[in-house]
Amino acid sequence: MNDSHYCPHTPEEIAEMLSVIGVAGVEDLFAPIPAELRAKTFNIPPGMSEFETYDRMKAIAGDNTQGITHYIGGGFYDHIIPSVVDHLSGRAEFYTAYTPYQPECSQGTLQALFEYQTAICRLTGLDVSNASLYDGGTACAEAAMMALRVTGRNKIVVDGCVSPFSRQVLKTYLFNLDVEVVEIAPLDGLLNRTELAAVLDDSVAAVLVQNPNFFGCIEDFTALAGQVHSAGALLIGSVYPIALGMLKSPGETGMDIAVGDGQCLGNPLSFGGPSFGFIAAAKKYIRNMPGRIVGETVDRNGKRGYVLTLQAREQHIKRHKATSNICSNQGLCALRGLIFLSSVGKEGLADLARLNRDKAEYAKAQLTAIPGVTVLQTAVTFNEFTIFLPKSADAVVAGLLDKGIAAGVPLGQYYDGSENCLVVTVTEKRTKKEIDLFVKELEVALCN
Amino acid sequence: MQLIYEQSTPGRRGVKLPVSDVPAATALPTSLLRTEKAGLAEVSELDLVRHFTNLSRRNYSVDTNFYPLGSCTMKYNAKVLENAASLFAPFHPMTALLPGGGEFCQGSLGMLYDLGQLLADITGMDEVTTQPLAGAHGEMTGIMLVAAYHAARGNKAKKKYVVVPDSSHGTNPASAAIAGYEIITVPTASYGDMDLELFKAAMNDEVAAVMMTCPNTLGLFNPHIKEISDIAHSHDALMYYDGANLNAIMGKVKPGDVGFDVIHVNLHKTFGTPHGGGGPGSGPVGVKKALIPFLPQPRIVMDDAGKLLLETDKQGTIGRTANFFGNFGVMAKAYAYIIMLGREGLIQVSEQAVLNANYIKERLKPYYDLPYDMTCMHECVFSASKQLEHGVHAIDIAKFLIDRGYHPPTVYFPMIVKEAIMIEPTETESKATMDAFIEVMIEAAKTAESNPQALHDAPLTMPISRLDETKAAREQNVCCVG
Repeated sequence: MNDSHYCPHTPEEIAEMLSVIGVAGVEDLFAPIPAELRAKTFNIPPGMSEFETYDRMKAIAGDNTQGITHYIGGGFYDHIIPSVVDHLSGRAEFYTAYTPYQPECSQGTLQALFEYQTAICRLTGLDVSNASLYDGGTACAEAAMMALRVTGRNKIVVDGCVSPFSRQVLKTYLFNLDVEVVEIAPLDGLLNRTELAAVLDDSVAAVLVQNPNFFGCIEDFTALAGQVHSAGALLIGSVYPIALGMLKSPGETGMDIAVGDGQCLGNPLSFGGPSFGFIAAAKKYIRNMPGRIVGETVDRNGKRGYVLTLQAREQHIKRHKATSNICSNQGLCALRGLIFLSSVGKEGLADLARLNRDKAEYAKAQLTAIPGVTVLQTAVTFNEFTIFLPKSADAVVAGLLDKGIAAGVPLGQYYDGSENCLVVTVTEKRTKKEIDLFVKELEVALCN
Repeated sequence: MQLIYEQSTPGRRGVKLPVSDVPAATALPTSLLRTEKAGLAEVSELDLVRHFTNLSRRNYSVDTNFYPLGSCTMKYNAKVLENAASLFAPFHPMTALLPGGGEFCQGSLGMLYDLGQLLADITGMDEVTTQPLAGAHGEMTGIMLVAAYHAARGNKAKKKYVVVPDSSHGTNPASAAIAGYEIITVPTASYGDMDLELFKAAMNDEVAAVMMTCPNTLGLFNPHIKEISDIAHSHDALMYYDGANLNAIMGKVKPGDVGFDVIHVNLHKTFGTPHGGGGPGSGPVGVKKALIPFLPQPRIVMDDAGKLLLETDKQGTIGRTANFFGNFGVMAKAYAYIIMLGREGLIQVSEQAVLNANYIKERLKPYYDLPYDMTCMHECVFSASKQLEHGVHAIDIAKFLIDRGYHPPTVYFPMIVKEAIMIEPTETESKATMDAFIEVMIEAAKTAESNPQALHDAPLTMPISRLDETKAAREQNVCCVG
């Protein structure tokens, strides 16, 4: 009897195959493994049917608290996902294929990735995009390493307003390399431009900023781009794709490389993944880009088609001299991103961005009407903003979680002296009714 | 087929958004705004559905075609796994990072913890981090752990090299280089494994790690593996196991038992999660006790009461290799796969994967050159050298297979085999499917002799014929202009 219902052979077929091979039993095929090295234990529990498996998984998911209303972001956002995204990315011809090494029988994936690259270029206002990276944090690290290659320099300057998670990932990627990472402490939730000017010299490969930043603040980095370029460095911007429905694009800002996380584009929260990272750049840097790139070409009859191109940058050809070690990336999540962007479309993305900002501005006005709650008056924000509470944000957040509200991300553990600060995220999914309830509950929590 | 952008009509929309129930906000200063809306597609929902449905039909996939792509383990992806993963769609990862938030995520954290335990048992390791997002990302994380281990012992400056066999996946040397090491490559001997004498000669106290795939990319299990790890350890070098080929050995041998210190596992290979047309993968990393202090944060730990907690600021950690907890959805599928198949099921997976590969190897041996003729594990590597005498290359055979409805095996890898054809049937394929494939492979070998041009012309049945890759690389047209 088969223990794995996904192994189809009958005992007769197995016997036939063994006789073709010329061995008495399957165990003989493992003879190359020396007997003394064989596993002595294998403590995996007995298997079960798919029905019992599903029930078990349902029970595990049930151990999470259900129905929390999210005012948290920090890189992952609770956005609408049109039904077409699940249905089309759920076509097995997409999700059970692999990297399109054989272009003739992979035009579906290849053309979709070319369309994805186009969407990312148009969103960011830059010339070239790859076919996806792992996530927003690793995309920041890959962009920094790309800048090190481009400039031949060994210092990365990071705005402290960039997500602390992405900054940590960047530092981890670089910790064993001869590279210095300089962090500029935030000034009132914004880049400290004086500090930055002081460290911007000819050893700097790149400056990494985020827009909107971790505090939710929007900045215009156009002048900064000029300064960074004068120093011979590259400006890398980590951006939020939904906000690009409204905000000045990295291309218009003069950024050289734009990166970000694509979770917000049609990928569920799914406890943190899978999402995808994106990277776009000026065309002159294409040979230094990491990961897969799809290019347009023609077949023998002059018919348009798509292939993986510039593969000479990649690990399977260049091995240790490759521009990155990336092999599998996040193809299916990038496809979801493309379907999402094509579904909401040109006008829809602008509307969605406006909807996010409207909801957030409403929430901001209501929250700051609570006595003792304030915002930075100078800060211009999108769908996230930082509020100052009259008491520790940690206790307030913990209390509201018990009421099913994830009130925001307290900043204390990420920035010294910010114990009373809370970053609140309001996406288009939050209704006025939900926001009003949140405001009421926060007010109660602050009185206690 | 037209691009989606070529089907756009200004003003058309694919989805209706919720109507705003709050007042419009004051507009932002124009200096912060984009001057033109992003040029996304403008299509109806039906146009969108037809476009992507028709695109999908231009793919070969496991669900439509036999896909014996060596090294990639293109096994069947059970449908219940998709259903299981979607149960976790609404949970926000930040919840767990809020003060007291772990309480609200015991299901998700518990599943990650349990998956780590199961993988630790399968691989013979002491602890597993689920954070790495793909196999190569796991390799990089693993080598960073090695670097942190040596640095903690005051050997950062001394340890400069990582040793890899020339048969290794390209990701091995690439990952080690990205983690800051120089590479020493050891050639493969006539017996199909890393040359033991050359390996001994290459080893010295400046070597930080030896990266091995076992069974290797020729599909062969290295009988000297214990000796190799003993030699590595005698130089205070750690042994890194590339888990890409774990599918062959579950329940048979544990990497941790034969001297490996660090391992990554490709969940999308061995544990049956779909490959997604190039990801998402997932690359959990297992380590022996000595490396636990360096694992990435947040690390999931269990307290005495069985509650899952997050350790976030431990001294010594390499930090963070991804923003949150890894590709959770992929891990939910792999977890469901492991508990569904269970002990006996996983053993059977490895046994039948090995049986299938050896069956194909024996049946095709008379027709194709087999450079390393011995019992293989889960995959076998032929060379098209016989066919090359007639001017037919591995790529021509690959294209012929496409015309017959088969996704080709991996070709030109491993690089140490000239005109390599690397076949990995996996355990989920039936004998009938393999027999039909074998017949077509035999036909290809015969056609190479009788009518090589027919192979050069293939494929003829696809929407496009062979593409001009030089033109693509020269013109670098990677984005639709307009």
